[in-house]
Amino acid sequence: MSSSDSDSDTSMKEAQDKGFVSALDLPDVPSQKLPPHLELRKTRVLCNADAPVNTDTIQYSGAYASMGVDNSLRLDHFSNNFRVEVTRLTEEEMEFDMVGINPAIANAFRRILLAELPTMAIEKVLIANNTSVIRDEILAHRLGLIPIKADPRLFDYLSENDKPSEKNTIVFKLHVACERRGPRIAVKSDELKWLPNGSELHKASEGSNPNAKVETYTSFTRSQDSLPEFSSNPVTVYPDIIVSKLGPGQEIELEAHAVKGVGKTHAKWSPVATSWYRMLPEVVLNEEIKGKKAEILKQKCPVGVFDIEDLADGTKRAKVARPRACTLCRECVRDGEEWEKRISLRRVKDHFIFTIESTGALPPEVLFTEAVKILEDKCERVISDLS
Amino acid sequence: MEHTSFGDQRNATFSLTEEDHTLANALRFTLNQDPRVMFCGYSIPHPSEARVNIRVQTTGDPAREVLKDACQDLMQMCQHVRSTFDNAVADFKKGSSRE
Repeated sequence: MSSSDSDSDTSMKEAQDKGFVSALDLPDVPSQKLPPHLELRKTRVLCNADAPVNTDTIQYSGAYASMGVDNSLRLDHFSNNFRVEVTRLTEEEMEFDMVGINPAIANAFRRILLAELPTMAIEKVLIANNTSVIRDEILAHRLGLIPIKADPRLFDYLSENDKPSEKNTIVFKLHVACERRGPRIAVKSDELKWLPNGSELHKASEGSNPNAKVETYTSFTRSQDSLPEFSSNPVTVYPDIIVSKLGPGQEIELEAHAVKGVGKTHAKWSPVATSWYRMLPEVVLNEEIKGKKAEILKQKCPVGVFDIEDLADGTKRAKVARPRACTLCRECVRDGEEWEKRISLRRVKDHFIFTIESTGALPPEVLFTEAVKILEDKCERVISDLS
Repeated sequence: MEHTSFGDQRNATFSLTEEDHTLANALRFTLNQDPRVMFCGYSIPHPSEARVNIRVQTTGDPAREVLKDACQDLMQMCQHVRSTFDNAVADFKKGSSRE
């Protein structure tokens, strides 16, 4: 039995080299394994010179039923094959490989990172004085986009009927003036000073009762820096962002109120600068490329995917040294059909190189786990709605 | 959420509010991988309305149960992704601190 199996394997390989597999070459008994040409279609995108092919993922559980191969979701199978490898991790950025997952789910994570993870951002700006060249509404918009380094998990959403309190609002003050005879100055985002006790601006009192308690624009019951989360770790914003420039005699005095929100509402609440994934590139040399052709190939690639190795007999042979660097520019398969035949550019459909660039509120690895949790919560909501 | 089923339990459309491609596409994937599902798909009736309709037609089981199982599967996958990811990050941090 085993000998006939290997026979059919080799004959299939020959057939595949010719570009097709005859039904007569297929084994009589389903082998639980797809023939190689179908496996290639299922797992790889072929990036040909004209267009990519096999870009779809085969999702239907019975797609290979006639071949005796089960394509349904088996969680144990998924658990055994799924793996994650971190390749780069800093405070603001991370890159990791996620292998053995469907793009539908990888994309869900990416979409959640961009649009559904909450952060704090300035939503309301109370301008007491602004004589700068930047108009109020533009200044307010610019302030809104400044990333705030505060853990959004410590805050509640401010709903319409809520009063701004220490649980849902962070208040900053900005008061900068340029001297009348001084040089022009740039107002940077680190001029925003955190007010842990809430707003300091007084609301105009309705009655003329001088004894009435002066109201401010927030109602904090306690100071935020007395809370254990903030006592050792004051709220700051991302420094070095130019908010405005002031000429001699100009002044800005304002108060900015930051609240919790999600990127769906406005991009200022997005916790990532961006987040993306790409499929792992796979570069295969279909034949040995030697001598001058190898030199040409190395020259062709703008990102240096190929390298040249010296063989014992003194000839030079091209090899694929850095497939991950491939940007799929397809420069190497551009010059005529013979080059197309020599090189196969592919992408692995279930291998994602995922990158997250955080804006600073939370480290990127925390962002990803939070994103996965949000997808879990969504599922849970649907389940509870259905039962 | 509405559950519209005409006559039999096998075919149903589920209308999820406050959801978009994020959940619907992931659910469509898990549903498609279920052998009990004959057909499934989703659509967003109008782009300015936060709503998706998920259509499920099964070979015999109630569509509601099948959708529930799909959610359960997706959730378990997420849990596995999270634990694997946390381990990978911990490994990476351990490795880089040693260097």
